[in-house]
Amino acid sequence: MLVVESIRAAHGAIEVLHGISLRVQAGEIVTLIGANGAGKTTTLTCISGLHKPKAGRIAFEGKDLLPLPAHQIVTCGIAHCPEGRRVFPRLSVAENLALGAYTRSDKDEIRRDLDKIYGLFPVLLERRSQLAGTLSGGEQQMLAVGRAMMIRPRLLLLDEPSLGLAPLIVQRIFDVILELNRQGTTILLVEQNARMALKIASRAYVLETGSVIAEGTGAELLADPKVQAAYLGDG
Amino acid sequence: MLDTLAQQLLLGLTNGMVFALIALGYTMVYGILEFINFAHGDVFMLSGFFALTLVGALGLQDAQGFALFAQLALVLVLASGFGALVNLLIDRLVYKPLRKAPKLAPLVSAIGVSFVLQNIGLIWGALPLDVFGGGGQPAAPKSFPALLPTDNLLGDAALTLQLKDVLVIGASLAVMTALFLLVTRTKLGMAMRATAQDPQAARLMGVDVDRVVAATFLVGGGLAGFAAVVYALYINTVYYQMGYQNGLYAFTAAVVGGIGNIPGAVLGGLLLGLVRAFSDQFIGAQWQPAVLFGILIVLLVFRPSGLLGSTAREKV
Ligand SMILES: Nc1ncnc2c1ncn2[C@@H]1O[C@H](COP(=O)(O)OP(=O)(O)OP(=O)(O)O)[C@@H](O)[C@H]1O
Ligand SMILES: [Mg+2]
Repeated sequence: MLVVESIRAAHGAIEVLHGISLRVQAGEIVTLIGANGAGKTTTLTCISGLHKPKAGRIAFEGKDLLPLPAHQIVTCGIAHCPEGRRVFPRLSVAENLALGAYTRSDKDEIRRDLDKIYGLFPVLLERRSQLAGTLSGGEQQMLAVGRAMMIRPRLLLLDEPSLGLAPLIVQRIFDVILELNRQGTTILLVEQNARMALKIASRAYVLETGSVIAEGTGAELLADPKVQAAYLGDG
Repeated sequence: MLDTLAQQLLLGLTNGMVFALIALGYTMVYGILEFINFAHGDVFMLSGFFALTLVGALGLQDAQGFALFAQLALVLVLASGFGALVNLLIDRLVYKPLRKAPKLAPLVSAIGVSFVLQNIGLIWGALPLDVFGGGGQPAAPKSFPALLPTDNLLGDAALTLQLKDVLVIGASLAVMTALFLLVTRTKLGMAMRATAQDPQAARLMGVDVDRVVAATFLVGGGLAGFAAVVYALYINTVYYQMGYQNGLYAFTAAVVGGIGNIPGAVLGGLLLGLVRAFSDQFIGAQWQPAVLFGILIVLLVFRPSGLLGSTAREKV
């Protein structure tokens, strides 16, 4: 479904991705783990078009994404729930969700998706007319995930959805990710919480300073002593 | 005394409406690009020349009754369209290529554009047209014909309320309401607000930010064009530096209201108009800039981000 081939990307003069390749098959949950600064966020922004790599190839369902601007990549069926939530602080919860449906015109289906999201995150329904900037961190994360769901993507890119959240809320977000996947959305998940991510992942890639240094099924990597030592904190 | 107060209130309101209409263009562009379009006032000025030319071409000074109002409406619409297109053209030709440049580059370019537009105003005013008095004195104020009847709608009352007062206030309120609905109720408006708050995140929602910017310049320029006709009808002159002075006042109004904030621009404009009218009446017109800017400075000392501006930058 998604093919990323030897992409190189730089911030200014400094190259931070040195030829990353990865694949995501339809229906999978693929996770990308790695230390701070490894290049996980940059990889996702290259896929969603916010950042353009200097070299390499990115194709989605056979279509070359590199020439497309970010707003057109959205209409190809890719949603990117960015690092740090990035909800629109001075728009209401409902308006934030409506923006997720910006590219859609199927009114009835939008209504249905909205009901679904309010069902998954009842707190968003309660606070639908509140400004997003006044929500708690966890609520903002739910909103960010909900907003991305409103795009109704076939592939959902999630960048550290659990960052800074209480364990209970992290669990809730992971449950929703699994549920979405069960309903047919393919997921590419970047996580600091490597253990949880590997548990739900069909496959995983380990990134280190801009290169893929390991890949395998979630179970394989969970059992890999090197991965355990470096990312699971229990060597 | 009460009549004087009411009269100044009316004067302040009408002038304030013009400032507010211009201030909206500054504030909307700033809200999206964090860029002060210093040439905005001159778009207002050129629209004034355009409107006067149109008035001459249509022979509006001799029109009456329904024909007058129909053609006046046409002038309003066309001048708004003219302002919108000029503003968009400036953005595409000058500002857009500098979008990724350091912030000072577009700012300095905007100052340059302002001078270029003023020169265009001078050249325009030199055209050998009757409405420009033959074009012999390009820099002199051109008189804009008093198209509307000047009799007092209130009959013999001490307070003078002319048709142009009603028209200026009514039309401005209508346009501001339309703008409010555009920004709060339409998909484009929602995209504008989202882009102003976080352009990257807006792109991730499928918003074509470049089109939103274009729409913003169109709307801002349209409001300036509209304001130019309102101003010309009211003040009865058009001159090549009218954008400089009114632009400066309107920009100040936008800052006082909270730059980037749409209701703030309206509030700031009205406040500026009112303070100006009362200071002219009770302190003296020669003190106008000192009083006006004195009050504004004090206001900004206590509310640095303006009356309705957010006190802290919300970046999550
Ligand atoms: N806007 C930027 N300008 C300059 N350098 C940047 C920028 N964004 C990222 N980098 C650099 O690129 C490298 C990769 O950053 P990236 O954000 O992709 O890492 P990450 O794996 O997502 O890290 P984290 O786990 O901390 O989120 C880092 O060395 C970072 O310093
Ligand atoms: Mg990151």
